[in-house]
Amino acid sequence: MEIKKGIGVSPGVVICQAVVLDAEEYRIPERHISADRADKEAERLEHALAGAREELIELRDNTAKRLGKETGAIFDFHLALLDDQSLLEKVRDKIKTESVTAEFAVAAVLREYAREFLQMPEYLAERVKDVYDIEKRILRRLIGESREGLGNLTEDVVVLAHDLTPSQTASMDRKHIMGLAIDAGGRTSHTAIVARALGIPAVVGLNDVSVSVNAGDVVIIDGNRGLVIIEPDEATIEEHRRFLQRQVEFTRELDLLRDLPAITLDGHEITLLGNIEFPSEAANVLTRGGQGVGLYRTEFLYLEKETEPTEDDHYEAYCKVIEAMDGRPVCIRTLDLGADKYTQAHLLIQERNPFLGLRSIRFCFQHLPLFKTQIRAILRASMKGDVSIMFPLITTVMELRQAKMILRDVMEDLEEEGVDVRTDVPIGMMMEVPSAALQCNQFAQEVDFFSIGTNDLIQYTLAVDRTNERVAPLFTAAHPAVLRLIKDIIRSGQRYDVGVTLCGEMGSDPEYILLLLGMGLRTLSVAPPIIPELKKAIRSITIERARRVARHVATLNTDKQIVSYLRNQIREVMPEAY
Amino acid sequence: MSKREIEITLINIHGLHARPATQFVQLANKYESKIEVIKNDLVVDGKSVTSMLTLGAEKGTLLRIRAQGQDADEAISKLIELIEGKFGEE
Repeated sequence: MEIKKGIGVSPGVVICQAVVLDAEEYRIPERHISADRADKEAERLEHALAGAREELIELRDNTAKRLGKETGAIFDFHLALLDDQSLLEKVRDKIKTESVTAEFAVAAVLREYAREFLQMPEYLAERVKDVYDIEKRILRRLIGESREGLGNLTEDVVVLAHDLTPSQTASMDRKHIMGLAIDAGGRTSHTAIVARALGIPAVVGLNDVSVSVNAGDVVIIDGNRGLVIIEPDEATIEEHRRFLQRQVEFTRELDLLRDLPAITLDGHEITLLGNIEFPSEAANVLTRGGQGVGLYRTEFLYLEKETEPTEDDHYEAYCKVIEAMDGRPVCIRTLDLGADKYTQAHLLIQERNPFLGLRSIRFCFQHLPLFKTQIRAILRASMKGDVSIMFPLITTVMELRQAKMILRDVMEDLEEEGVDVRTDVPIGMMMEVPSAALQCNQFAQEVDFFSIGTNDLIQYTLAVDRTNERVAPLFTAAHPAVLRLIKDIIRSGQRYDVGVTLCGEMGSDPEYILLLLGMGLRTLSVAPPIIPELKKAIRSITIERARRVARHVATLNTDKQIVSYLRNQIREVMPEAY
Repeated sequence: MSKREIEITLINIHGLHARPATQFVQLANKYESKIEVIKNDLVVDGKSVTSMLTLGAEKGTLLRIRAQGQDADEAISKLIELIEGKFGEE
């Protein structure tokens, strides 16, 4: 038994067998494919070979530069193996005639060579290592780009990996994934967001868990305490089973709240909405008692497939969500790709500082056809329900105006084409950059609503990369500067009669609910599984108390003081949750 | 379209081990001609490094190299140069 301590980012406990993404590369199960997929597999093979070749050339040149040409030449042999047509023909042939995956064909053919080399004179037997090396390199490419790794699961597993890319999580077979544990990441990394959306436990920042666990090991992921227990003993398993039982009872109790309003003890009604990423999550918002979708992230549309989504891809996804909501509000955020949400593979030029780079709305402005395609689809879908549109990462008033102008252009185009659109779709913006927060009064005169994205607002205010495990502890919503910006945004919304929603992770933490309501916030959008717990908290407090808490917090100077004060306050009103 | 075939003995210390074999196929791949290498009765593709390795050709082995194609002459003379130059060893 081995216990690893990380950061718990999504609550819950699960006992399950592990799938390890980084150590899986040697275990290539023979996987048959239907004959019509052979071309696709062959294509994947060529793609992986090209990638491996590029990698090797770079490796050779770098090695030559550092250690001399002779040493670099070692990789020439690897390159020659990659270019070996008679070898590649065998692989291609195997894919076609035996209908197997590229992974299996590569492994099978190269191992055949390895066996042959082993029977050769000693100096050739040595080369077996090179063959294994090249096999690994190609497989890494294939597995790295294959979305099937987590797509075709037949039993429940927990996933352990060094890190999960958005495209990996987008393609996960979510029915069978019961928990996530990764080496990298902080509280609000992509993995954390996805885990919370799915309502499965997750622990991040574990440093080396992905190399400490073997595929098939039984693992306990304890998202409450931030622990991963590898090959637990009987007593530990029993202890966690008991905990799970209690948890089930608590959840059942929360479920009873589903149809009750989120209303404070002194009668103030709060609107609880759900954040979703996939259309299939929309139903979950309702079963958890949410009153609509407060943030529909649309990035998955771009990450799911190799090709750019068409207008109809967008439209169909949006319609699914809108129909599931049946008249309840749906707020669609336009493409927010870039930085942590964009896989490196999609980047044409490596940015030195992607968080300050060409991401989100900036990316859209430079890719107008892509942007307009999405807006067309949103406007068309808006006929079907209560849809609003929201622009992310707005930093200057000019950007907002530009986005609105593009929206109007698209609207006119559609009208000219005779397509029915709503011309009064509410337009909002994310408040997630300090410059926008500081200028909120100007912005308030040009939008219908604000949505506070606390994750980015915190990282840009505190200059902390939330995914860098070495500085992640500095990332906190409780910093007085962050709280002041949030308060200003809420006030500005009240003054100009502009709706204010908070859709960041901060809203998911019951610890902050008193403070936020005390500041005047009345609408929150959170991951659906969080809704019942939040509702319970809201139903246990008064606005009067919340205002008192907010006033007191304003007198505190450090995030540590604020966190411990808020924790005590929520414990007093909701002791059973802690 | 020309065809050339020559016989040559490996004189470098290590014979056709990984590095010389790599150099051989890298050079061979620069030509359009079909290039085959023959040891005893074994005929292999001179452009495939794995095939070349399976020859297990050590120092002193007599190889026949056959080139077929428009640039066969040049291919053969460059390959002879490589082998006679001991693949740049010492």
